[in-house]
Amino acid sequence: MTTAVFSFYLFATILLTSAVMVILSRNPVHSVLWLIVAFFNAAGLFVIVGAEFLAMLLIIVYVGAVAVLFLFVVMMLDIDFAELRTGLSRYLPLGLLVAGVILAEILLAVGSWRAGDGIQMFDVLAGTPDGMTNTQWIGSVLYTRYLYVFQAAGLVLLVAMIGAIVLTHRQRVGTKRQDIGKQVQMTPAKSVRKAQPGVGQGVDL
Amino acid sequence: MTFTGWFQDLLGVDAGYLVATLLLILAIIVPVMVGVAMAVYADRKIWAAMQMRRGPNVVGPFGLLQTFADAAKLFLKETIIPSGASRGVFLIAPMISFVLALAIWAVMPFDAGLVLSDLNVGLLYVFAVSSMGVYGIIMSGWASNSKYPFLGGLRSAAQMVSYEVSMGFILVSVMLYAQSLNLSEIVMAQKGNVLGLLNGNIFNPLLFPMAIMFFITALAETNRPPFDLPEAEAELVAGYQVEYSSMTFALFFLGEYANILFMCALIPVLFLGGWLPPLDWAPLYYIPGFVWMLSKMAFMFFCFAWVKAAVPRYRYDQLMRLGWKVFLPLSLFWVVVVSGWLMFFTDKFATAPGSLPL
Repeated sequence: MTTAVFSFYLFATILLTSAVMVILSRNPVHSVLWLIVAFFNAAGLFVIVGAEFLAMLLIIVYVGAVAVLFLFVVMMLDIDFAELRTGLSRYLPLGLLVAGVILAEILLAVGSWRAGDGIQMFDVLAGTPDGMTNTQWIGSVLYTRYLYVFQAAGLVLLVAMIGAIVLTHRQRVGTKRQDIGKQVQMTPAKSVRKAQPGVGQGVDL
Repeated sequence: MTFTGWFQDLLGVDAGYLVATLLLILAIIVPVMVGVAMAVYADRKIWAAMQMRRGPNVVGPFGLLQTFADAAKLFLKETIIPSGASRGVFLIAPMISFVLALAIWAVMPFDAGLVLSDLNVGLLYVFAVSSMGVYGIIMSGWASNSKYPFLGGLRSAAQMVSYEVSMGFILVSVMLYAQSLNLSEIVMAQKGNVLGLLNGNIFNPLLFPMAIMFFITALAETNRPPFDLPEAEAELVAGYQVEYSSMTFALFFLGEYANILFMCALIPVLFLGGWLPPLDWAPLYYIPGFVWMLSKMAFMFFCFAWVKAAVPRYRYDQLMRLGWKVFLPLSLFWVVVVSGWLMFFTDKFATAPGSLPL
């Protein structure tokens, strides 16, 4: 058994085990941590097939950013599992029905799916061309052949970002904000005023 | 014959590779750990000197063995696991911190060719591993099942995620200039890049602002003052480390300093010309590159300690303002400036590197 094969089975086993543990864990924080293990091992699989750029991006984006936010939110939730489990028998038939319908749809879709005639799907499996790194190869395809798809993906993300900002941003009245430019420009001449109030008189502020 | 090749002749291809790589890893980790011990000592000495104190001066000559004495004291203490803690996560968290802080050294080039793994995505590897470092802190904060660690963990997660974004853009402008993600090639791209005379991106007016910003971002990423809010002792006791004792605490401490040392090595590689001398002048190349690299690391570490002694701690909202409202727009804008300059005034992108016939 070569090292590559051994590492493939190692990563694949851990990946599947942790994926199952995501569902089986009783504690939601543990679920997220198992999910992170799954991401990490998926990146390992990418490295084995020679897609090290994608592997690193998977770790940077999913493990380093997305999953941190997941963990952040889940850690602060207060979930009572005993309460969640009540009514299991009542909702079980409905849940099974929905799951069955979705499974049937996936089977139908995958079973009858084939690539469009114009697209050659697997014409580049030979590996990276000579004198190019993985990164250059992805860039040379992504920014030429798939430019419109790439731009469209960016637009979708932009819409999602604007949506999130619009939903969460609120203007609070009455809060004092720190304006650093103003603070730095402050001089004694601007903020101090000499006054000599007479006896029994106050100072106008 | 290479080091690895010699072992492969002796023990066969696979076993030889394994043994040689393990030895090379040890050859990096042992100096790093000794360096960490010395860095802790240097940190305290520099800090003391700036406050007109003596610092550690009792254990060993000039107090040089102080760190080892502290380590021995920690090893002999009892590991306490709080009764409400989530045991597995509580124990794994410091291990993650420590292992990641060591794993990141794999791609660090100390001299021409003196690197354990010359990855072509080296800079991304560095970014990926350092972005995973937040898990050690956030897991320990949650698993301690205690208020202060939890607050420290949350602060740290928000802080590191915020500064990673602008750090990514700074790295993008460096890699655009070097046209590579490989750390060795990034160093070589700095050879004589300013008027054919000076080595190092920091002397280049185009990348000078990025160098300063990267230094500040590195301080924030390693939770060093003035960005040490996750362990702000005045508010949070010691932040995420409150419930840790003995070895588990030692692992956090070692990991933190190993990360700081790594940042002190990464700044030279990205901006100060790595193992190259600062002047592109032949006699300077007689000094081994390793010496240049180490002296630049030492200089950067002095800067880290200097900042710690000189600057008060940021307030949390100021920290977030600096990260999101100042650094992020500035670094994003600078990526546009750098790529625009390279497009219009140099021939670096005249032909796309290895463009595919489509």
